[in-house]
Amino acid sequence: MMKISMPRWFYQLASPRWFYNFTSKLLPWFGIATLVFLCVGLVWGLVFAPADYQQGNSFRIIYIHVPSSILAQSCYMLMAVAGAIGLIWKMKMAHIIAQACAPIGASIAVMSLATGAIWGKPTWGAWWVWDARLTAMLVLLFLYIGVIALHAAFENKAGADKASAILSLVGLVNIPIIKYSVEWWNTLHQSATFTVTEKPAMPPEMWIPLLIMVLGFYCFFAVILMGRARVELLEREKRSDWVKQLILVNWTQ
Amino acid sequence: MSFFLAALKRELLLVFRHRSDIINPLAFFLMVAVLFPLGVSPDPSFLSEVASGVIWVAALLACLLSVDGIFRSDYQDGSLEQMLISAEPLWMLVTAKVITHWLVSGFFLALISPLVAMMFFLPEPAYPALIISLLLGTPTLSLMGAIGSALTVGLRKGGVLISLLVLPLYIPVLIFGAGTVQAGAMGLPIQGYLALLAAILVFSLMLAPIAIVAALKISIRS
Repeated sequence: MMKISMPRWFYQLASPRWFYNFTSKLLPWFGIATLVFLCVGLVWGLVFAPADYQQGNSFRIIYIHVPSSILAQSCYMLMAVAGAIGLIWKMKMAHIIAQACAPIGASIAVMSLATGAIWGKPTWGAWWVWDARLTAMLVLLFLYIGVIALHAAFENKAGADKASAILSLVGLVNIPIIKYSVEWWNTLHQSATFTVTEKPAMPPEMWIPLLIMVLGFYCFFAVILMGRARVELLEREKRSDWVKQLILVNWTQ
Repeated sequence: MSFFLAALKRELLLVFRHRSDIINPLAFFLMVAVLFPLGVSPDPSFLSEVASGVIWVAALLACLLSVDGIFRSDYQDGSLEQMLISAEPLWMLVTAKVITHWLVSGFFLALISPLVAMMFFLPEPAYPALIISLLLGTPTLSLMGAIGSALTVGLRKGGVLISLLVLPLYIPVLIFGAGTVQAGAMGLPIQGYLALLAAILVFSLMLAPIAIVAALKISIRS
């Protein structure tokens, strides 16, 4: 049989205690980064970036809309990959991460849809149009809701974790199919703002703050994710000695 | 192979002993379709325009309604557990169950769909497109639905949950299925749509049994 060896830190992350201590050190840095990126990006984007020659100032919502749309998709990816890791290597920590991803992803998808609707009103004259990208994001929200509902329906955590991991993997396989099917069905939306392969069509003073906002959103996501995972981890490990120790130390201080 | 045939025979026998299992989805399909002219408009030109979508949505709902029970009775009387611990491969059994479900819901539904198409004044050239697209699309619905059914079989309130899980996954089949009928109605070539439906079917036939088996194991153990 072939033996696959994984790096040491990968195994260490699987230990709840190690994860807890590791993220305690990580959290403040990500918090600071979030604050800096979001402040710089928001002020630059909303105040100093030039207005669009066609859409005027209404385009500025792009600085919220694009980062949340990107993040909503990558959050699903992370949830499914974490679920797969949990299923394959039977890591409790991976399931905790996947569980923490679902509500965050759903709320970010709602944010993307809401900012899209607000942007759509002055640009297209309607809050909602049946366009491919909007519909795909709505379906993504439904997939998130399905995962959350399935997780909540199980009474034992182990079953809930595995079942929602399978569902999110099934969703992950389906996302490209859904995306292309709705794209052939209807397209009105402007094409992607950022692609890895091409230079953005916007001038740099417009897309640099956008890039900063995307980074800020990712850092913000990391902070929320770690926070949720830590709370869930304490809840699940409440009978273990190190959690008792931790609480006792905090209690007596 | 003999195990697969035996499993298929058992499932078919079970279905034909409960004839209401065959009739109920078909009656549901007809009733949902009838609601649209009553609720929206009986105007023939309007109906022929929405026919493709309405028939496909009704088929999708009928399939969803019946897929909930695909593992339920075997789970409740404990025979699913016995099948799980038997030495025979579970995917064969699962595939037999899905095929039976498709025969009962999708296949018969495709056969009676011209009746609804006639009531909706669908142009005649679209009839073959409708039947073929339903024959190619509904097996995918059964496969995807079985994943949802396997995930929720151990839960007490599976009914609404399964539609939440499965309906988003049905969207591509709905788009291409209704697209086939629309193209057929306008006299356009439908081979492209049919190829896509067939591709989705082959793809889900490959992967869905794995997911169903994994989901069943989780449902039984928890």
